Amino acid sequence: MSIQVQNIQKAFGSFIALDNLSLDFPAGELVALLGPSGCGKTTLLRVIAGLEQADSGRVLLDGEDASDTHVRERQVGFVFQHYALFRHMTVFDNVAFGLRMKPRGQRPSEAEIKRKVHELLNLVQLDWLADRFPAQLSGGQRQRIALARALAVEPRVLLLDEPFGALDAKVRKELRRWLRRLHDELHITSIFVTHDQEEALEVADRVVLMNHGRVEQIGSPADVYHQPATPFVYGFLGAANRFEGSSSAGGIAVGASTLTGDAQPEHGKVVAFVRPHELDIILQPDASGIPARISRVLTLGALTRVELEGQADVAGQHFDVELHAANPLVAQLAAGQTVRLQPRQVRVFAQPDTAGAA
Amino acid sequence: MAGAVSSLSVQHDKAGLLESRQATREAPWVKAAILTVALSFFAIFLLLPLVVVFVEALAQGWETYLTALVEPDALSAVKLTLLAAVISVPLNLVFGVAAAWAITRFDFRGKPLLITLIDLPFSVSPVVAGLIYVLVFSSHGWFGPWLAEHDIKVIFAVPGIVLATIFVTVPFVARELIPLLQAQGREEEEAAVVLGARGWQVFWYVTLPNVRWALLYGVILSNARAMGEFGAVSVVSGHIRGETNTLPLHVEILYNEYNFAAAFAVASLLALLALVTLAVKSWVEWRASQTVAVED
Amino acid sequence: MSRAATLPRVLPGFGLSLGYTLSYLSLIVLIPLSAVFIRASELPLDAFWHAVTAPRVLASYRLSFGMALLAAAINTVFGLLLAWALVRYRFPGKKLVDALVDLPFALPTAVAGIALTALYAGNGWLGQYLEPLGIKVAFGPLGVLVALVFIGLPFVVRTVQPVLEDMETELEEAATSLGAHRWQTFRHVILPVLQPALMTGFALAFARGVGEYGSVIFIAGNIPMVSEITPLMIISKLEQYDYAGATAIASVMLVASFLLLLAINGLQAWQARRHGRSA
Repeated sequence: MSIQVQNIQKAFGSFIALDNLSLDFPAGELVALLGPSGCGKTTLLRVIAGLEQADSGRVLLDGEDASDTHVRERQVGFVFQHYALFRHMTVFDNVAFGLRMKPRGQRPSEAEIKRKVHELLNLVQLDWLADRFPAQLSGGQRQRIALARALAVEPRVLLLDEPFGALDAKVRKELRRWLRRLHDELHITSIFVTHDQEEALEVADRVVLMNHGRVEQIGSPADVYHQPATPFVYGFLGAANRFEGSSSAGGIAVGASTLTGDAQPEHGKVVAFVRPHELDIILQPDASGIPARISRVLTLGALTRVELEGQADVAGQHFDVELHAANPLVAQLAAGQTVRLQPRQVRVFAQPDTAGAA
Repeated sequence: MAGAVSSLSVQHDKAGLLESRQATREAPWVKAAILTVALSFFAIFLLLPLVVVFVEALAQGWETYLTALVEPDALSAVKLTLLAAVISVPLNLVFGVAAAWAITRFDFRGKPLLITLIDLPFSVSPVVAGLIYVLVFSSHGWFGPWLAEHDIKVIFAVPGIVLATIFVTVPFVARELIPLLQAQGREEEEAAVVLGARGWQVFWYVTLPNVRWALLYGVILSNARAMGEFGAVSVVSGHIRGETNTLPLHVEILYNEYNFAAAFAVASLLALLALVTLAVKSWVEWRASQTVAVED
Repeated sequence: MSRAATLPRVLPGFGLSLGYTLSYLSLIVLIPLSAVFIRASELPLDAFWHAVTAPRVLASYRLSFGMALLAAAINTVFGLLLAWALVRYRFPGKKLVDALVDLPFALPTAVAGIALTALYAGNGWLGQYLEPLGIKVAFGPLGVLVALVFIGLPFVVRTVQPVLEDMETELEEAATSLGAHRWQTFRHVILPVLQPALMTGFALAFARGVGEYGSVIFIAGNIPMVSEITPLMIISKLEQYDYAGATAIASVMLVASFLLLLAINGLQAWQARRHGRSA
């Protein structure tokens, strides 16, 4: 089922959580709402579910206006950040809850409920925990039970609020892959909220980047990573070196130096971003490029990270460069050395009023 | 107000740990001094008054004791006390649940004021609590003439006693439930609604099972107060023996008649009620700590 | 008008529960309480003034407020010690002591009153040792103090105890590792953390003491100008059918209660801000 939100506005007191926001979620996709905390992503998810009422704007489910439909009637599955499992019920009763709440006419028989619950518990591979209480489960198990419970009522969409937020790193990775596989099996339109860019890029079909209650960019993980639309997106998705300067004929003038490389034409004051692995270190101190001094060289596994301090016009700025540890250059680098930096890839944005990128 | 104090608390005893570490323990003599002073104070101010009730009650033997309890005036006081509790406790139970639900499950303006108003009966002197009903319902009161016309007696009669009892026990259940429901948050109820639960189903299947111990404790506490209230009831009762005397008032009358053994005998009944209340509290706290232990 | 206000809320029962709460509270508490102020305002000003400033009434304020203050102070000190012992030490019978701290909440005040009187009367268990020393407790102002100490003790213990329990032991360990002695640690690290709770407990015990009736009247002796508490003045006015006088004094007491309630709410909010927990 497709979801559209149109011109959603939501404020809590003087804080604007969602600022005239419109979005389309095509049917069958797994979409990530990604952004820093306070960007409005959880509020948006709760508005779609009907747990929160927007001040204005519409939510369309399958093309129909659902703005005035009660949560109960929206047929959404919602997985809460802290799971919200009923602590006094067994795993079985938790999953069966939605079926047992149906009006008498539509309620399946107990035998049917039993069959269905075990089917779902098998789907999340936790059938053996049916008689346990939520308190006796691990975080990852609770997460999967919460998902099974949400699926039991055959929702038209599945909404997950920070589904992996409360789990430790290892379990999180496993569950990510598992959620992706489950989605490929069920193909139910799903939206999940996350502040972890790696999670969003790895799991989702499509990523929606949000900041200050507005959408910054929508696209496939590859799109948003390689073609960031705004400085915010560039900064949020991965590490970035940031240069301020102005557009000139030969490239971007940063103080007395010039950045060459594939710069898109922009005029006037610009901000240039370079990923650490796309920044070259040039050993000749009088070559063109940004002057910098190496403060630390750190090799971890296959990667070498070089930390540098800007010199002259960029004094006080901090830069990171990533190299393959096998790169012969690595052997020639030492702390204290003065070098030049020249990017291979630059992403240039016209200077924003507020430099909001990380 | 007393809610701050009477609420259930679930804590793990960490005294052993604290005593075993150098940084968190005192010199042995300091510990001995603190324990001696604190426990002596406890013994003199709390334990002795409790003990003296039972000793005095039995001072003239079991026979006098039992006679004092089965005497007709005592029995009618028991009946009236039970009646007041049976009416006021359920009313305040319903009120407490409604108030706690409204306060913890919804956002609305003036909520802090409402919480303060619920606490009000705790901070009003019991004598004033009785007086307000005199001002409203007595022959000099607002509804006095109307009540007299219809031959309804509220003050110096049973209805007044019941009203005063309701007043002093209004906050108990609400005060137990509000902090607990607040701490539990709304997510479980929201999950239930998303899963299709409606109206009462949310309350019965999700909320109630989670708060049943606190609810029980609130009921026990308001019951103890309802049966033991003295000041407020004293103002509205009129002290008519065998008619408008509750147990605490009966104790007063016997005591003022220098019938000490009988007074203490009846008082011992109320002291037993207090002990049962405290026992139930400890039990409920123990139950709650078991649940918490599982959840940790 | 925003739509959020007009649509049904997610959870059921808002109108019903809030409506019931407000109606019940109005009927049982607010309207009857307002009667005191309305009736008091109907009095001629000089009659009102005369009623609330009569010498016997003034003496009762001094006694009620003075003894409540003193009892709250005593309870703050000993309540802290008792809370400390309950949280910090292991000793036999600890569970029992912990449970019995709540006794003054559960024991009917009249029972407490006659029990304390029996203890402190001239021939009582404690009185027989105190009177030869010239200390007359029962049937005098000291009796009022003893009763109010009994009534107020759990307020201090039960507000301080949870704060002590929740206090991070790391704080003390940090202080010790920085070279502080035990007393310095207590004075500069523990006590500041406990301060809001101690003040709240003090205020709760004081507020309860000012209005207390049942446990006091048996032991006080009720000697005019000497050991009559203010609630007793209301009762004696009522017994003389002086409704106006009773109402006037009650309005003074109610104002005092409101002010104390405000102060306590302020203290509890402070405590909650300090420790991120509601008291």
